[in-house]
Amino acid sequence: EILFKHGLLFNCPGTKSEQAGKSASCQGCPNQKLCASGATKAPDPAIAEIGIKLSTVKHKILVLSGKGGVGKSTFSAHLAHALASDTTKEVALLDVDICGPSIPRIMGLEGEQVHQSGSGWSPVYVEDNLAVMSIGFLLGGPDDAVIWRGPKKNGMIKQFLRDVDWGELDYLIVDTPPGTSDEHLSIVQYLSSTHVDGAVIITTPQEVSLQDVRKEIRFCKKVKLPIIGVVENMSGFVCPKCKNTSQIFPPTSGGAEKMCADLNLPLLGKVPLDPRIAQSCDEGRSFLSEVPDSPAAQAYQRIVQSECV
Amino acid sequence: MGDVPDNAPEHCPGTKSEQAGKSASCQGCPNQKLCASGATKAPDPAIAEIGIKLSTVKHKILVLSGKGGVGKSTFSAHLAHALASDTTKEVALLDVDICGPSIPRIMGLEGEQVHQSGSGWSPVYVEDNLAVMSIGFLLGGPDDAVIWRGPKKNGMIKQFLRDVDWGELDYLIVDTPPGTSDEHLSIVQYLSSTHVDGAVIITTPQEVSLQDVRKEIRFCKKVKLPIIGVVENMSGFVCPKCKNTSQIFPPTSGGAEKMCADLNLPLLGKVPLDPRIAQSCDEGRSFLSEVPDSPAAQAYQRIVQSIQDYCSNRVTEEQSAT
Repeated sequence: EILFKHGLLFNCPGTKSEQAGKSASCQGCPNQKLCASGATKAPDPAIAEIGIKLSTVKHKILVLSGKGGVGKSTFSAHLAHALASDTTKEVALLDVDICGPSIPRIMGLEGEQVHQSGSGWSPVYVEDNLAVMSIGFLLGGPDDAVIWRGPKKNGMIKQFLRDVDWGELDYLIVDTPPGTSDEHLSIVQYLSSTHVDGAVIITTPQEVSLQDVRKEIRFCKKVKLPIIGVVENMSGFVCPKCKNTSQIFPPTSGGAEKMCADLNLPLLGKVPLDPRIAQSCDEGRSFLSEVPDSPAAQAYQRIVQSECV
Repeated sequence: MGDVPDNAPEHCPGTKSEQAGKSASCQGCPNQKLCASGATKAPDPAIAEIGIKLSTVKHKILVLSGKGGVGKSTFSAHLAHALASDTTKEVALLDVDICGPSIPRIMGLEGEQVHQSGSGWSPVYVEDNLAVMSIGFLLGGPDDAVIWRGPKKNGMIKQFLRDVDWGELDYLIVDTPPGTSDEHLSIVQYLSSTHVDGAVIITTPQEVSLQDVRKEIRFCKKVKLPIIGVVENMSGFVCPKCKNTSQIFPPTSGGAEKMCADLNLPLLGKVPLDPRIAQSCDEGRSFLSEVPDSPAAQAYQRIVQSIQDYCSNRVTEEQSAT
């Protein structure tokens, strides 16, 4: 490493930093010209390794939202179930929510552990053709807290992509935490040598959600991630007794429909609130199997169908 | 814990760790000699500065949840409104959700800007006695995205605590994003030279939420942050037409009630779903004022009272101890 050959500099911004070769501290450093030329900003070798590793994955879909609690994990899990219902397809679901990993619970895999082999970590299989990976499988118990700052989370995400033995896949779905921060930048960065089909953006109808979701959409545009479309969850509630519809999260600014019209994005569908969704998630079952004739399940199936077209 | 600089290698032990500069991962890091010399283990001077700055704040309450979308910001905003309804009290609300700052919208302050003066940044005032600070006030527009990694977010939080001219306050409420990561570690770290009354933990009834919330509770215990109690939001929905109650987010594992019993924590209250809550938040109004007689508003008021009692009792305990 050139830096050690010629000695260390106090307050060196780092050879990979934006400031490399350009900061005040760089004056007089023998590496200054090299750094300023951009040669040291070589990308993380893991990116190329991941590119090779995931070349056997046909389709990659990220599930994003600026807002928490809108149903990203619920959607990711059921998208995985729906795609895997075609037993000729190989499907995998990767959970990169490091602090609040819900996927093991929702997929009925709580308590499962991952195994290591010569070819890497093996994911946990729900069905023969449906694999899952989450930090949840690496904890001692489901209540163990992962209290990590960004860099450690980024390292974990890199390992998930590089070291898991995914095999040949038709679909890799990536569930994310809310926000536009480390996990989101890292997943895009580490997948930059692969082709990502795009992102499905999840929201609920109210403006407080849409505000955060518009930020997520800006993030996608900034990192040039195509947007497959938007799903509006919690879109009304039909009272099981009197069948009256209540807008529990009212679309005061026009809901996802207006946002999509304004931003020229496809609205993939609107899914009503249904207590059986949360019930199924808690029990680790697919509500697409539990209540296939429910309006919510049918809405989901239409959404899944439109994504595959 | 301990700072990890932007140019640190993977598995950096943190500049404040015992292993700083000495671990195998430190090989090749530009900061290695600096860290190994021990210079980086000096505490951040900002912590002491913040300790002095916030010595004029009587009570500090953090609003936390491991889970997103359970009503932290909604609760924080309405706690602030409720405490400030006593016009003899000075109240402030600090939003440290850097990526998804909802507080400006919920407080009806969208479009407001902060000003800088000799004594620091001035927060935005909703009422004479209710101040608010959020990154939302520093953006060009409400849809501008803040796409920052941890270290930059931490720096912003430090500035909020050190550089905002809060003045004398009875209550400082801090709203947080979901999780147990940079924002949470930083807020606790930067407040470590002050006294924090405790955290209010927000959840919804279903197990998928409680699972994340138990992690947040572990976080509080790890960093020795007292827990004032737990609030269960979205606790049932009463159909406005036929008055039938539906559990839209069913408490399949006993809800917050069982979790609190298991973990020996106070359940401060259960708030039902009410469309007027989300409506008020979108419109930037307090639903405590809009629909004061609603079951939800009454549940909130009882919870606020418990929190006030907790804070007063702490003061009384301290006084009798001296």
